Amino acid sequence: MQNNCIYLDNNATTKVDPEVIEVMLPYLTDYYGNPSSMHTFGGQVGKAVRTAREQLAAILGADESEIVYTSCGTEGDNAAIRAALLAQPEKRHIVTTQVEHPAVLNVCKQLETQGYSVTYLSVNHQGQLDLDELEASLTGNTALVTIMYANNETGTIFPIEQIGLRVKEYGAIFHVDAVQAVGKIPLNMKTSTVDMLTLSGHKLHGPKGIGALYIRRGVRFRPFMIGGHQERGRRAGTENVPAIIALGKAAELELLHLEEATAKERKLRDRLEQTLLATIPDCVVNGDVTQRLPNTTNIGFKYIEGEAILLLLNKYGICASSGSACTSGSLEPSHVLRAMGLPYTTLHGSIRFSLCRYTTEAEIDRVIEVMPSIVERLRALSPFKNDDAGWLQGQEQALAHR
Amino acid sequence: MWDYTDKVLELFYDPKNQGEIEETGEAGVKVATGEIGSIACGDALRLHLKVEVESDKILDARFQTFGCTSAIASSSALTEMVKGLTLDEALKVSNKDIADYLGGLPEAKMHCSVMGQEALEAAIYNYRGIPLATHDDDDEGALVCSCFGISESKIRRVILENHLTDAEQVTNYVKAGGGCGSCLANIDDIIRSVQQEYASPALNNYGVQVATEIVTSKQRSLTNVQKIALIQKVLDEEVRPVLIADGGDVELYDVEGDRVKVVLQGACGSCSSSTATLKIAIEARLQDRVSKSLVVEAV
Ligand code: FES
Repeated sequence: MQNNCIYLDNNATTKVDPEVIEVMLPYLTDYYGNPSSMHTFGGQVGKAVRTAREQLAAILGADESEIVYTSCGTEGDNAAIRAALLAQPEKRHIVTTQVEHPAVLNVCKQLETQGYSVTYLSVNHQGQLDLDELEASLTGNTALVTIMYANNETGTIFPIEQIGLRVKEYGAIFHVDAVQAVGKIPLNMKTSTVDMLTLSGHKLHGPKGIGALYIRRGVRFRPFMIGGHQERGRRAGTENVPAIIALGKAAELELLHLEEATAKERKLRDRLEQTLLATIPDCVVNGDVTQRLPNTTNIGFKYIEGEAILLLLNKYGICASSGSACTSGSLEPSHVLRAMGLPYTTLHGSIRFSLCRYTTEAEIDRVIEVMPSIVERLRALSPFKNDDAGWLQGQEQALAHR
Repeated sequence: MWDYTDKVLELFYDPKNQGEIEETGEAGVKVATGEIGSIACGDALRLHLKVEVESDKILDARFQTFGCTSAIASSSALTEMVKGLTLDEALKVSNKDIADYLGGLPEAKMHCSVMGQEALEAAIYNYRGIPLATHDDDDEGALVCSCFGISESKIRRVILENHLTDAEQVTNYVKAGGGCGSCLANIDDIIRSVQQEYASPALNNYGVQVATEIVTSKQRSLTNVQKIALIQKVLDEEVRPVLIADGGDVELYDVEGDRVKVVLQGACGSCSSSTATLKIAIEARLQDRVSKSLVVEAV
């Protein structure tokens, strides 16, 4: 089943492009030199790493000297946050949002225990930020503003440049977690207000275990991984050469396909979304439908629970994801959907379909074909049928304070 | 991806007894309904039992579940298990029995089996006209986990019944602690207190063991005074702590020959499963510890 599954969970991870594998393989076999070595054997590898850096810089519209390789998006986020605070020890305030990835959120929570104060900006029902709230939160004491480019669960895109302009007025460092955005939105760091930006290889048809941090030239950066002089002293440790080569190629291909791939994904996504909404009663799209990644749709199917939907989809070989608590280690439903204030009737039955450039029309047709019966089947089992069931209302009210 | 047994998947893909049972007005038959859980918490179960009034027998059982794979499978399993039982027999079905029927559940999903057991209890209490609150709000109903609305008594009960030893397990069984996590330290304290109660020499049945050994060595040639003293000791050290943890209590009223008369108190007094309590918790224990021929009755 693995090989012919209908894979609509691309915000979780993507398939490695065969071309990427091809360029990466020799660096696992023949070219195993250390890029830091003085001899020609290592030098060849060093050259390939530089090429990869150029390829990666190109997709960001950045200079290659502004790229630092990391092991993943989480490392990028952690490194950026720590570096920004280390560089401005006198400032003790951080601004972020309630809907960040745990790689940002949990670092902020930990920093709170270490004497930092953190503002977690709220979002509205569409998952969008209030720029006035942002503005009001900024002070001269704000060291860092760390906000994601696009939300992994709903695809909602934040107005990063508008945010950046405000951040700059207060002299804070602006970090953006762009793990979901790179390769889906055209980026140009040259004209951007962003100081640091995180990306991850496996979200753009590269391998897992490689990511990068863009650090604008001139931004003070204090590394938290210390050792050798690799990455110009900003991230010590021998480079993960095959993965770096792969990431470079993946970025090149992603940039090459950006326009046509996103147009195709958007078209397929919209068809999937509109057809499901038209054929299945009581479902809603979660997130900002105008400011949204072209590949993501998050749909709440009322009165049923996400894990059960996923398992039935799985039976048809369809892979998606759910914001339901039952699929995660935690018992609480998605913090993103909770922050948006969605009613519980929708919250638990939310399914995210995320497409990629490999997604085909036939695959989308298949989902459109099976989804109505899956929903119907689970609704037949459910004790909830509509929003005004007395039982349901009592429950919603009782927990409204949470 | 959860690792489910074939039985769980079978009952999820092809659930048995889904739906409602409507009250048809058929003579001698009544429908009992129990609801548990909430949509806020992400799982809810409504259980319907068709009961033959005369015999107290469950003729049919059906369910409606909002929840994940294991919640649906647990509900379906429960309905299969209770059909044909009397209400008293059904009250003995534990969450562990439900999980066992399914060939086991992932530890993190044990709360689904607990929900099944609770819905069953709720349905039977409803049928018998006993407010569920009397049972649920024991221990002054002290709320431990406000995220999921879980009381101390419920946590104590699940710790005792399933021999839980850490807070993570408690979360898996009743969800308490699975939200903001601020109640985890309190849950740890409750576990420690339950463990202490049961590990202390007195409650380790040490005294009872010694006494029982003496009795056994004497081939049960107990004098009346010895017998009464031993019954009192077993009640105090082995029976009462369990009942107290459950919001009830028992008092020895009299012993006439082999007839042990007791007074059930608190939740146990009003509890519909008091017959079961008498038979399992008290009579069986006394028979085991004191004399096979003892019969316990409530006064
Ligand atoms: S109070 Fe128990 S998890 Fe929040």
